[in-house]
Amino acid sequence: MLSLENISAYYGDVQALRDISLRIKEGKIVTIIGSNGAGKSTTLNTISGVLRCASGKIEFLGGRIENLPPHQIVELGVVQIPEARLLFPYMTVLENLELGAYTPKARKGKEQNQEIVFGLFPVLEERKTQLAGTLSGGEQQMLAIARGLMARPKLLMLDEPSLGLAPLLVKQVFGTVKEINAQGITVLLVEQNVFHSLSIADEAYVLENGRVVLGGGGKEILENPRVKEAYLGI
Amino acid sequence: MLATVIQLIINGLLLGGIYALISIGLTLIFGVLEIINFAHGEFLMLGMYASYWLFQLFGVDPYLSLLMVIPTFFLVGLAVQRIIIQPIINAPPLNQIFATVGLSLVLQNVALFFWKADYRTVRTAYSTLCLKTGGLMISLPRLVAFVLAIAMISALLMFLKRTYTGKAIRALAQEKRAAMLMGINVYRMYQIAFGIGIACVGAAGAILIPIYYAFPTVGALFVLIAFVVVILGGYNSLVGALIGGLIIGLVEAFSGFFLSPHLKEAVYFVIFILILLFRPTGLFGRG
Repeated sequence: MLSLENISAYYGDVQALRDISLRIKEGKIVTIIGSNGAGKSTTLNTISGVLRCASGKIEFLGGRIENLPPHQIVELGVVQIPEARLLFPYMTVLENLELGAYTPKARKGKEQNQEIVFGLFPVLEERKTQLAGTLSGGEQQMLAIARGLMARPKLLMLDEPSLGLAPLLVKQVFGTVKEINAQGITVLLVEQNVFHSLSIADEAYVLENGRVVLGGGGKEILENPRVKEAYLGI
Repeated sequence: MLATVIQLIINGLLLGGIYALISIGLTLIFGVLEIINFAHGEFLMLGMYASYWLFQLFGVDPYLSLLMVIPTFFLVGLAVQRIIIQPIINAPPLNQIFATVGLSLVLQNVALFFWKADYRTVRTAYSTLCLKTGGLMISLPRLVAFVLAIAMISALLMFLKRTYTGKAIRALAQEKRAAMLMGINVYRMYQIAFGIGIACVGAAGAILIPIYYAFPTVGALFVLIAFVVVILGGYNSLVGALIGGLIIGLVEAFSGFFLSPHLKEAVYFVIFILILLFRPTGLFGRG
């Protein structure tokens, strides 16, 4: 569905990604793990077109998408839920959802999609007229995911959705990701919570210093001695 | 005394409505594009001249001229955004300042070249009409200008509150990266916001011409007030710009009466400095 081939990207003069190649098959959950600064978010931002890629190519459903403007990439069905949620804080829950469904295609099925999203997160319906900035951390993460779903993604990319959440909520978020995937949406998950994300992932890539150092099935990577030592402390 | 105070409040509010219309465009441009448009006053000047010439050459009433000035200035705004603002949108602040200050100087001198430094205004049948009730005097053109300014501001606020495009503009001002990731065409929103900002200030120029003079540097007078209004209201709040405009109108009316009209600028700037010292986010600003 999505493939990256030898992608390089820079922040100013600093090279953040070096020849990244990865493949995501339709219907799967794929995770990218790695420590802080390994290039996980950068990878997502390069796919989203927020950051230019200096070389390499990105293909989505057979078409090249590298360096398209971000809004066109969203229209194709590649949607990112950014790290730290980045909600529109002075807008209501409903307005945030509405803006999630900004693209012409998403706008058509807005009402119906909103029902689905409220089914997934009933608390958002209770809080629909509340300003997003006044929600609790867990609710904000739900809203961020819900807003992303409103865009009717074919591929949903989540950047650290469990960041800053209480353990119980972390479990809930991973449950939600599985549920979203079960509805037929392909998921690319970037996480520092290595154990949880590897447990639900069909495939996984390990990033170190802007390079893919390891790739394989989720369980397989989970059993890898190097991953165990470096990321799980076992 | 009471009558005087009420009269001053009326004068102040009527003036403040126009200040608000000028300032709201400046706030919108700053809030969305994060650019300080130092040429804002020059677009006010151009709005005044546009309305003036439409009246002189074609006999178009200044208020009627709004129907032409608003769409024309919106398009001018789109063009200026594309040609001058877009290339510097991610540039360091100094470069942005040079670009808009440069634009301001160019526009002033173009106006000077074509229209000389003469003070020009229009004489309409209603220019000097006054409503008199209960010892109060309300200048008709000032009242009309106020009503039109408030109507335009309300329309703008409704547009931003209710329409999809309006919401996208607000979203962009609140969280740019998320707006991009939701599929909002940021470049197009920049254009629309800049176009609206210029249309507002052009419209303010058109409704000012029956009560004020147009000359090439008239913009500087008003834009200084607009900066005080924007800081007072909170540099990212449109409602703040509206209320800030009304407050500054009142300040001008009262300081003109109780101190001296010559001191009004001194009073603004004392307020300006006090806000920066004690409440730098303004009355309605968000940190």
